[in-house]
Amino acid sequence: MNHLRTSLCAALVSACLVGCGSSVKLDDAAPVVDAKPTPAGGAGAGGAGGASTAQSQVATVDATKIDPMAAGKLGRVVYFDFDSYALKDEFRPLIEGYARVLAGNKGKKMVIEGHTDERGGREYNLALGQRRAEAVAKSLVLLGASDSQIEAVSFGKERPAVDGHDEAAWAKNRRAELKDR
Amino acid sequence: MVNPPETQRTPSRRRWLAGALAAGAWHATARAQFRVEISGVGATQLPVAITKFRDEDRSGQSISGIVRADLERSGVFRIVDSSGDFDETSRPNYGDWRSRGADALVAGSATRLADGRFDVRYKLWDVVKGADLGGQAFAVLSADLRLTAHRVADAVYEKLTGDKGVFSTRIAYVTRVANRYTLRITDADGEGGQVALNSTQPIISPSWSPDGKQLAYVSFESGKAVVWAQDVLSGERRAIANFRGSNSAPAWSPDGGTLAVTLSRDGISQIYLMNPNGGNLRRITQSNAIDTEPVFTPDGKSIYFVSDRGGSPQVYRMPAGGGNPERVTFSGAYNISPAISPDGRTLAYINRNSGEFKVTTLDLSSGTVRTISDTVDDERPSFAPNGKLIIYATRAQGRDVLMTTTLDGRIRTRLLSSGVDVREPIWGPFGR
Repeated sequence: MNHLRTSLCAALVSACLVGCGSSVKLDDAAPVVDAKPTPAGGAGAGGAGGASTAQSQVATVDATKIDPMAAGKLGRVVYFDFDSYALKDEFRPLIEGYARVLAGNKGKKMVIEGHTDERGGREYNLALGQRRAEAVAKSLVLLGASDSQIEAVSFGKERPAVDGHDEAAWAKNRRAELKDR
Repeated sequence: MVNPPETQRTPSRRRWLAGALAAGAWHATARAQFRVEISGVGATQLPVAITKFRDEDRSGQSISGIVRADLERSGVFRIVDSSGDFDETSRPNYGDWRSRGADALVAGSATRLADGRFDVRYKLWDVVKGADLGGQAFAVLSADLRLTAHRVADAVYEKLTGDKGVFSTRIAYVTRVANRYTLRITDADGEGGQVALNSTQPIISPSWSPDGKQLAYVSFESGKAVVWAQDVLSGERRAIANFRGSNSAPAWSPDGGTLAVTLSRDGISQIYLMNPNGGNLRRITQSNAIDTEPVFTPDGKSIYFVSDRGGSPQVYRMPAGGGNPERVTFSGAYNISPAISPDGRTLAYINRNSGEFKVTTLDLSSGTVRTISDTVDDERPSFAPNGKLIIYATRAQGRDVLMTTTLDGRIRTRLLSSGVDVREPIWGPFGR
């Protein structure tokens, strides 16, 4: 937990210092994590900075905004529109949450499983599901995770979450699931 | 012994067919998994009589029944009154057969030999000309009686049409019951099924090697899509594509020396070539889109594939080593799952139009596009090795089923299974 806190703190501080490097439009209210987080022990950690920093300064990290369990509370599934792999705004907080978790724990790995609804060919749908998983994975990496922490895979239409042959069922099957590894 | 209904004289072929199906006398074994229904009216069909083979009841296989079913399913023949006791040594009364409406006659026998094998013989006559067209004799094990019946059907088919028959070939497909999947291999008529792979995870995209000895397929048993190649006889298998992301859509080159696959290892689904053991990997498409479902042309020089680089999935063709693809399908906004006929002249694929997925053919020289299915959830067409039939998966009455169709779409048969979903059919090569 200490390691996590230190890393997150370093990342946050360096992000504040360096500014947002991400090309993804984000909600201003959420703190931004730099695309390339600095390693633990970088500038600002523990006050080992330059001459302008008082030795007794303590930087406060507000852990309530970086709750690693918060992402879980937002669910683990991202849903998509028909024939689309675009990430909808409503799922951005979820993805940001997991990105923070991954950024703060380099040992943690996740798999993103992409799915489609039942309509269409199996191989093309496998590729569409893969595209959805890759979209989520790319977003996670942009928001702080490492490429090596994530694998994007697809089940195409082979593993529906919901049986049914109407839009209500199809909408629940067009998804990407984020799972721990 | 009661004569099965098909030997009664019925002026209407459809009524006769209904009677035969109702009696359940259509297939050799009562535990048949598939029942065939034929829909669609054929153009001109050749009327042929196949009489019961002498002693076939004692052999345990209705050899004449298998021959009749094969010839009927081809769409080229219709079976006429075949009652009576005959064999290959008979001297047919051509007038009698002409009055029954037969243009050709097949009769034969299945005699048990001292060593337990069976001596199966047949003869074929041209009733119109009143000529003996010859016959054959086979000495076979009891376990090969079904295959022998298919060989008789192939020989009759070839003699009367000039085309090679596919009745001795095999198909592979996937079944699903709840969370149990199998990769299954059967005769082309759906009988004699054997399980090549049992799994609790999905199996898709089986693909026969050109020599019919291996099946490549995609299995999700490890939690993601991985391509395997399995020796059909021994069951030995190896994972040949297990890279990061999804590995799928295996397709063999006609010389068996190369496999094309779809890999997402570079972050997007693209087409790669590899050796059958997985080595010598090289990427042959270079787009930022989905490129998948590769299939080699019969001369091995080109590959048809699906790409949505133009915004929606269409079929393209490129040189087999990679190179500039050219678009091939222009009719409709969604065209996937290409299959190429053995003569290289016809492309079969799935077109989506207004939410309906239908098997469609494209004549590659004339550009003529033809919808050949009347169902709405078709998948994965595959040509028979003689190019005369296409098998595909579709949905009917809430079940996944397999259909075969003639290339003009006029004669379709449905292989109905009892209670299991069947999908992903792939027709095996000649040479068994």
